[in-house]
Formats: sequence, structure tokens, C-alpha cells
Amino acid sequence: MAPSERARDLLGVSRLTNSALSSWLHGLPGVDQVGCEERAASLATRSIKTTSKAWAIDTAISMIDLTTLEGADTPGRVRGLATKALVPDPSDPSTPRPAAICVYGDMVAVAKETLGSADIKVAAVATAFPSGRASLPVKLADTKDAVAAGADEIDMVIDRGAFLAGDYLTVFRQIADVKAVCGDARLKVILETGELVTYDNVRRASWLSMLAGGDFIKTSTGKVSPAATLPVTLVMLEAVRDWRDTTGDMVGVKPAGGIRTSKDAIRFLVTVNEVAGEEWLDNHWFRFGASSLLNDLLLQRQRLRTGAYSGADYIADDSPSLY
Amino acid sequence: MSARVDVRKTYKLYIGGKFPRSESGRSYEVYAAPTGAAARRGSSSRPPTFLANAAQGSRKDARDAVVAARKAQPGWAAATAYNRGQVLYRVAEVMESRRAQLVQDVRNSEGVGAAQAEATVSAAIDRWVWYAGWSDKFTQVLGGLNPVAGPFFDISAPEATGVVAVLAPQASSLLGLVSVVAPVIVSGNTAVVLTSEERPLPAITLAECLATSDVPGGVVNIITGRTAEVTPWLASHRDVNAIDLTGAAGADGVDWGGLELAAADNLKRVRRPGGTGTEAVEPDFTATPDLSRLTAFLETKTVWHPKGR
Repeated sequence: MAPSERARDLLGVSRLTNSALSSWLHGLPGVDQVGCEERAASLATRSIKTTSKAWAIDTAISMIDLTTLEGADTPGRVRGLATKALVPDPSDPSTPRPAAICVYGDMVAVAKETLGSADIKVAAVATAFPSGRASLPVKLADTKDAVAAGADEIDMVIDRGAFLAGDYLTVFRQIADVKAVCGDARLKVILETGELVTYDNVRRASWLSMLAGGDFIKTSTGKVSPAATLPVTLVMLEAVRDWRDTTGDMVGVKPAGGIRTSKDAIRFLVTVNEVAGEEWLDNHWFRFGASSLLNDLLLQRQRLRTGAYSGADYIADDSPSLY
Repeated sequence: MSARVDVRKTYKLYIGGKFPRSESGRSYEVYAAPTGAAARRGSSSRPPTFLANAAQGSRKDARDAVVAARKAQPGWAAATAYNRGQVLYRVAEVMESRRAQLVQDVRNSEGVGAAQAEATVSAAIDRWVWYAGWSDKFTQVLGGLNPVAGPFFDISAPEATGVVAVLAPQASSLLGLVSVVAPVIVSGNTAVVLTSEERPLPAITLAECLATSDVPGGVVNIITGRTAEVTPWLASHRDVNAIDLTGAAGADGVDWGGLELAAADNLKRVRRPGGTGTEAVEPDFTATPDLSRLTAFLETKTVWHPKGR
């Protein structure tokens, strides 16, 4: 069923208008800010030890979208990142591989070539990332380019300006149109929660993205602070849980930006398990958008394996010197 | 007028320029050393005097301290030698203005009289200044031009090793502490210092001196706690470049041979404790030192530079 057809069904309207979308999104229950933050803080206090910790570390590694999104990205840098994804820890071949590497659209071919036939996806950011300030034809062309280059996943940004102005129909149409040109590629919709101001807006943006056909909802571009906080991710996890209850379809969640330590990652996994449920503890449904998180997880993994604390000297450096 | 209620102190650790509680939430009681006649008799007819609670650092505190030390190391090593000397001299100034507190700490911790405590504090401050002065001099003394059979300038210069774990002496709680910490940091290393287990208070006061001087956070990190519990984690830590085992002498349950073995895993530089054979003896810190504690934590960089016309 096309997104707009399903949306009309869900909203119970014959024609999808901005006022229909507004009244539906504003009819969603509000988020209790204090309660949400309190719940996130209490989930963050869980102590995960020994075998559970080892499992959590391996699971977290397998959920990483290893990311480089810099203006200074060179083919060498992308090759380095892809090589690191193939062999995260040369001292231990049993280390799981990350789920994907995430690059700008023009670097997709480089990443694909390095990864070869390995089961590591290539995700490309598109639609005038990170600001999303471009016309729809430009956004669609950006997306088509990345898909044509072989991207398995597309990370698009929503038009926050339109969203905050209350123009939900524009946001809906842009997501639906981008989804239509994605083909087989899975579409991750970046809400940029750091710019949405309230948890209520995060909840509305989550539902709007799912309604428009997003396969994943993603917190942030990583270019705006605050990025992926635990309470925001909790609100989004509630949204995908409730979406499945409503429609029967599963949607993935990807917190991105600011998650740097194993401890943080494990807190997110606890929250996934408690809020959305065990089905989401899989890299098809949950991802971390991160660049330095992998290194910290590898350090922790080495610590569990060798019994001694490790250091940066024992982690492969994926960025070639530019001197 | 009613008697004033004691302000009982619970000290914290000093990591990365901050004073955090132990991650473990634990603390332990620190008592005054027996003095005078009681110390000579070795009897415990009177209960020991409670001094303060000190944080009982855990392996994770040690890990956090190493992370802080690693982060601070490049910046500290990149500071000019002249600047490091000034910064360390400033520490001596702050110690001088806290002299009364340091004297009291040494009296309580080591069970010595006022005159001897005064002398110890003076010696400790002088020792700090002595090492501070070496900051822009040791490279000339230890490095130099090597004669080579070719058209090259061949220059060797000592550089800092990196992050150094230091087991501070168990008995000499201030002079000994200064004598092991200052030579490590003067050359641009950063230090994770495990204090004397029973006599941590002078080290805690030194931490307060460091925090109120110009030493960047993370250059010296001070952990109080059980030596035998924390040391193995520092000895095996692969991001620690060197370890000074001086404080293994007289520490309960510490096998320094085992620590040296653990340190060998990542080829740490090891400074063995004093004494001969397997017996560890705390050295006499009142004697004027040589440069051996400074040179123990240096690497030599040799540069070949073509000599042209």
C-alpha cells in the first residue's frame, strides 16, 4: 500500500491535507518531560556485567553504522573506514563487524569497492544533508545518485523548517517521494531532534516519518548538539512500539551522534529492550550512528579477553595521515 | 558555650584536575601514626586517633586516571621546558603557603615531632624546586651530539615516555612522595600516583596544592586506596608506558616481582623498588638525589641530519 493511501486509512480521511495531518499529530498524547527523563535516567543505572556485558559489546559492535561525514573525507579515508569495518580488531578475528558504513553519496562507490561482497551495508546521507535546505528535485536527484552508486540504505533529513512551521504535509510528501526513488534501499529518516525543541515534537516527527514510509527513524545528523540523548531515543522507541501495535509494521531506530563510550551504548541497549522489546535488539532494527564508539567497544572487548585494560595503541587507526 | 562539633573530613580522589568520589563509593578510615613513647613500645594501649576518611580507589578509578593522564600527556610534553619549570615552581609556592597544613599532615601521618615535620616539609618543597629546575637542563646533560662516520649531524635528545604509574612510598608520605612524582612529570610525562595506603593525607594536601596551581588537569592524578588492590591493574594496563614500584616496599600483600611480570606484557619501563634481591626496601629520601629517577622515564630520540655545504 502506498504511504499516502495508508495514511488516509489511518487518519480516516478521504484526502490528505495539512489540517488532517495536524489534528492527527496533535492528537497524539503529550510526552511527560520529567517522567521521560526520569525513566531514561533510571534505565541508565542498570549494571550490566560479565557475560551479559560481553554479549552487549558484541551486539553493539554489530549495530554500528561506522560513520564519516566530513567535508575533508578523501577516498583514502573512506577506504580506511571500510577496511576497519571488515577487520575491526586485527588482534582478534572473532570480533563482529559493524552493520554498515555511512558516508556522503559521492563516496558510496569507493566504499562499495573496498567492502566487496562482505555483508556490510553502505549507507549514504542524502537530501541536502545536514541542513535539508534544498528544493525537492535537488533532494530527489541527490538520493537517486546515491542509490545508483549502490547505496543499500539512504539517510535523509527532514525539512525541519517546514516541520516547525507546521507544514506537516510538505514533510510527509518529501519523505514519501524520497522513499519512492529509494528502490530497494532502506530509508532512514533523520529528525534532527536537537532542533525540534520539545519531546512532543519528537513524537510527532517520529509518527509523521513512519506514516510517510520511513524504514528507520534516526535522531540526528551528528552536526547539531544535543544529538542522540537517551530520553529522545526513548520517545522514539515508544513511537515504533506503538506504531507496530497500530499497523503491525516494524520500524527501526537509529540514535546518532554523541554516543562515544561502551557504557553509553549499553544504556541504549537496555532502553531498547525495556521500551521497544527484544525484537529490536538486532541490527536490522536498531543501529548506532557513530565514529569513535567502535574504538571504545573494542577497548572494552580487549579488556574482557585479556584481563588487562587496553589503550589506543592497540586499536587500528583508520584515518590515513594527510601530511 | 557548647563544644564545637568536629568537622570530619571525607576526602576524594584527584583525577583529571577534578576531585571525584571513588567510582566504587568506598572510603576507608585513616588513623594517626603512634607517636613518641607509644611508637617505641610498639604497644597499642590507647586507641589510634581518627584523622579522616580517604576515598578507597578501585581499578576503575585507576582506569579513569590513566585516561585523564593520557589525554593530558601530549599537551604537557609540548609545553616548553621553561614553562614546565615555571609551572612546577608555582606548585612549590603553593606548598609553601600551605606549609602549616603540610606540617600537621606529616606529624599526624608519620608520628614525628613538630621540628622534624617542619624539616621534612622544607626538604619536600626544596626537592620539588630542585626537580623543577631540571626541566630545561636535563636535555643538555643527557642528550648531545654523537660522533658518526658520515656527513651527518647526529643528535640524541631525551623525551618523555608517556603515562607513568607511580607507587608512592609507604612510609615517607610527603618527602618520598615529592621525590617520586616530581622527577616523573618534570620531563613531560603524566603520572597516575597511588599514595601510601596508611598515610595518604599529605598526598591529598599535595593534590589540593596542584589543583590550585597552574598544573594542567590530568598531569598528576592521585588515587588513595589499598595498594595491593589497585596496583596489579596499573601494572597490566596496556596504556601505561612505565611504572615506578618504589611504594611496593612495606605495602601489604604486594608482590613486586609479579607486578614487574605483568608490566612486561606491553614492555613497560619498570623502576624497581629499593633494596637488593627480592626484598623491597624504602630508600632514604633525605639524601640529595641523583638524576636516576628522571632518566628512568625518558626515551631517547636520535636524529640524523645531513650536513651539506
